[in-house]
Amino acid sequence: MIVVYVVQLFDLQILSPEYRNFADSNAFFRKALYPARGSIYDRNGELVVYNQPAYDVMMVVREMKQFDTLDFCNTLNIDKATFLHLETEMKDRRKNPGYSSYTPQLFMSQLDVEEYALLQEKLYKFPGIYIQNRTERQYKYPNMGLILGYVAEVDKNKMAADPYYVRGDYVGKSGIELSHEEDLRGEKGVEILLRDAHGRVQGKYCDGEFDRMPVSGRDLTLSIDIRLQAYGEYLMQNKVGSIVMIEPKTGEILCMVAAPSYDPSILTGKNFSQNYLQLEQDPYKPLINRSIAGTYPPGSTFKPSQGLIFLQEGIISSQTYYGCYGGYPPLGGRPGCHPHASPLNLQPALATSCNSFFCYGLNAMLSNRTKYNSTIDAFEVWREHIIDLGFGYKTGVDLPSEKKGYIPTSKFYTNVKKTDRWNAHNIISIAIGQGEILTTPIQLVNFAAIVANRGYYYKPHVVKVRKGAPIDTAYTIRRESGINPEYFDLTIAGMADAVMHGTCRRINMEPHISVCGKTGTSQNPHGEDHSLFIGFAPKNDPQVAIAVVVENGGYGATNAVPIARLMIQKCLMGEIMEQDRQLEKTMADRVILPYSYRRSFPPGRNGLISIENVQRQ
Amino acid sequence: MYRGSKEIEEKGRVDWFTVAIYLLFVVLGWFNIYAASFDLENAISIFDLSGRAGMQLIWMITSLLLAFSLLKIDTSFYETYAFAFYIAGIALLLVTLLVAPDINGSRSWLVLGPVRLQPAEFMKFIIALTIARIFNVYSFRLMERKNLMLIIAVILLPFLLVVLQSETGTALVYLSFVFVLYREGLPGGILFMGVAAILYFVLAVRFSDIQMGLLSAGELAAVVLIVVSAAVMVWNYMKRIRVSFAIIGMGLIALAAGRMLLFLKVPVNPGLIALIVLGMVSLYLGYLAVRFRKKTYLYILLFVLGSFAFIESSEYVFNNVLQPHQQMRIKVTLGMEKDLRGSGYHVGQSKIAIGSGGMFGKGFLNGTQTKLKYVPEQDTDFIFCTIGEEWGFAGSALILILFGVFILRLISLAERQTTVFGRVYGYGVLSIFLFHLLVNIGMVIGIMPVIGIPLPFFSYGGSSLWGFTILLFIFLRIDKGRKRI
Repeated sequence: MIVVYVVQLFDLQILSPEYRNFADSNAFFRKALYPARGSIYDRNGELVVYNQPAYDVMMVVREMKQFDTLDFCNTLNIDKATFLHLETEMKDRRKNPGYSSYTPQLFMSQLDVEEYALLQEKLYKFPGIYIQNRTERQYKYPNMGLILGYVAEVDKNKMAADPYYVRGDYVGKSGIELSHEEDLRGEKGVEILLRDAHGRVQGKYCDGEFDRMPVSGRDLTLSIDIRLQAYGEYLMQNKVGSIVMIEPKTGEILCMVAAPSYDPSILTGKNFSQNYLQLEQDPYKPLINRSIAGTYPPGSTFKPSQGLIFLQEGIISSQTYYGCYGGYPPLGGRPGCHPHASPLNLQPALATSCNSFFCYGLNAMLSNRTKYNSTIDAFEVWREHIIDLGFGYKTGVDLPSEKKGYIPTSKFYTNVKKTDRWNAHNIISIAIGQGEILTTPIQLVNFAAIVANRGYYYKPHVVKVRKGAPIDTAYTIRRESGINPEYFDLTIAGMADAVMHGTCRRINMEPHISVCGKTGTSQNPHGEDHSLFIGFAPKNDPQVAIAVVVENGGYGATNAVPIARLMIQKCLMGEIMEQDRQLEKTMADRVILPYSYRRSFPPGRNGLISIENVQRQ
Repeated sequence: MYRGSKEIEEKGRVDWFTVAIYLLFVVLGWFNIYAASFDLENAISIFDLSGRAGMQLIWMITSLLLAFSLLKIDTSFYETYAFAFYIAGIALLLVTLLVAPDINGSRSWLVLGPVRLQPAEFMKFIIALTIARIFNVYSFRLMERKNLMLIIAVILLPFLLVVLQSETGTALVYLSFVFVLYREGLPGGILFMGVAAILYFVLAVRFSDIQMGLLSAGELAAVVLIVVSAAVMVWNYMKRIRVSFAIIGMGLIALAAGRMLLFLKVPVNPGLIALIVLGMVSLYLGYLAVRFRKKTYLYILLFVLGSFAFIESSEYVFNNVLQPHQQMRIKVTLGMEKDLRGSGYHVGQSKIAIGSGGMFGKGFLNGTQTKLKYVPEQDTDFIFCTIGEEWGFAGSALILILFGVFILRLISLAERQTTVFGRVYGYGVLSIFLFHLLVNIGMVIGIMPVIGIPLPFFSYGGSSLWGFTILLFIFLRIDKGRKRI
């Protein structure tokens, strides 16, 4: 008999480890200590995102004796029915599996400061009611919601991927909050408490010997100038598109406007789900950061890159002249061109944005059999250069969900044409930034920065300083474009001419600022042409590079150029000149809401709500 | 009857070995009560009278005083006043039943100012004394109807009173005197029937949900058991091996026939076949009884039919007579239910606590499960958890072995008694301790249903410690005064 007992003991104590695990989860309550999430500053040290305490009402049902429900309801400004509803929700074990009448349970979340003050004052009257402090993201400006991103409760996938997170943790979901999550979140601490059978805490395990203090999140300083950002959003209101500005010498992004956008503060607090749903259903898709995830045919803004490649490959020189007779002659005047002097060399070709010149150039390169064995070889060389200039791949900006645009490969054409015997004329439209080419605004501005720097660049990035740690070296390595600097001088001269007496005369701000630029008018399947502009200023010591895209904004000169003019002014001079006040008003008031977004939505749901959310400056 | 002279008695010595084990148990129990009731937030000294360990110390000291005074009383005192004790005990139980307040559903406590006593605990040694006294008559024969009735009455009367006090566990302890009766001449057949009844009950309840033809799987197994038992009984009592083989043969033929039918793809009803075999065996036994005019065949036939009736009724009794919580406890023990929140909570948590102890345990006062009150009743009925958690397999196995040594020592003491009174009382003591140990530890480690009885010397409680002390030391006094040969 005694043998049976000893065997059972042996089985329980030695052979079955599950009992020990059970015991630990029974008795140890590992209470997480939450660190404060890092704050975010703009490049001038202006506080942009910080934490503010929020208050949750907690209830210990066992302690609620002689409870004046009516008074409690009045204090919280809820009615009896709401009280009963919240109470049932709290006690429903299906919705709240951790319910226990002995431990504090969440009754109502996110009181604001006034409600909190009122309740705190009367708290002594309500036994069993506790207030738990939490922090909540607060935004000082209604701007750059898409850059900052938002914070929300962690989901299952994230928890499965990273054991750091447990249910109820808050985690960055997009923007910087996501890409710099590990900086911002800090390290959770832990307090190991002993818990009795009723879930009541009985004290610290080993007097806190194994506890760990939380490490606060790291503060970030952005390269964004919040004033510039706000101004850009103001100009882009009721339009769809993007403005990105970079400091060429460092790759720091000064502003990254994507329109439409939203006020980041609407994605905090009680109305998160409701507001998020509204943003998600908005036909203009305000949750897409078009600066990094909008892909557009670059149109004529692509031409400077073509000129650089042809020069580098020795296909053309500064003295190579091509004729243009209202179009590209070898293909019967297609693609068409506009009236200008002919024949012309690179500098005026850039200034007047001559299509034929670059078509000739591409044809000359791809058909050159002395230099390249085949069209495909020549095309691959072209492709390598274009990739070195920052197109076709993600720039690697420190924001999530960037798109890479599209630069086709020779294989792509072989597949599409079903033969490898295609030639330059089959793909001629890529020379003028049409056809299969797709670029993002950040790629365009990065290219503008390369030109401004005469051949090198730094990866664009929005985080300038991580408090207490250097930024990722990926953003501090100088990268070369593989094009000789002297070719840039010629390109810049062309772009300067474009501003002085070419396609983008409207941006000419001499004698105050000497701008170099290139317009783009990109045909697209969604309706009216997109209006594009890339450029930098000042010409000799570039402080800023810019790319502007206004979807369905017509000619580059119509919308993108004036917006760029105002942005560069704002950036370099701090304010808008008297003579441009009228322009500023005109641009801000202009409404260009492409029909293509709206058409699949039923009438009446034009979804302008979020666009109106972009607050006027 | 032995009337030893004063001189011889003085020479007799107390069995110090047993006393040493007793003291060891009590001191270990005291430490474990301190550990089990240790409160993390306001730790108090083991001597603090506001804690359970402090109180237990008082009970220990008084127990020791009690023990030494008991050793001073002459053996004849117990013999002479056994019946008087019994009458007083029954009266006390009656009074308790009438005046006791309801404490956790139990009406077994007599509250005398600050002290609470449980008379049912003291009834154990009184019944043992009384039975010993009844046996202590020259040429006493248990199997005489008058004697048997008397013994059964002596046991059943307090049993019923204590059941009425809702202390079923303690009442069951009284039934352990059956072992004494077995030692003193109760036929093994009766004990066998008791064992068979438990076995039938377990089978019928445990496997009641698998239906095989007319009978459930449990009933089928029980029928097989009946047929085999019948064959063995015939062999044992009648020495007629051919008859035994004939009975077994019937079963085997039926089994073969069933297999054959199954082979021929004829649907088989195992239950029906079993019933047919049972009927044939019964008819055969009846025929033999008439043919040879032997009563034994009739008794075996009665056993067969009675067993079957018992099986058929046990499921009904389980479902309709037992209380739901009792049903639940049995189901949990039989592994039919895993109810970790309700009835299985006690055992589940107790197994977790013991299991978390590992080989050498977590050390004194370091047990988390018992400290944090996961195990209910951990300083009384579930005290073994604390031992298991804090001292591990090594500690708890050692305690088990010590108890084994204790029991063996009691057997040898009982067997060396020269008087029937001493021997019967000794076996009474033995059966009570054995029952307590097997049921209490079995319940804590999950191989017995939850029956709320304390672990001798370890569980907190004045009444139980006093009760066990009195029980043991009266025996030691009797042993000391035995006549040496």
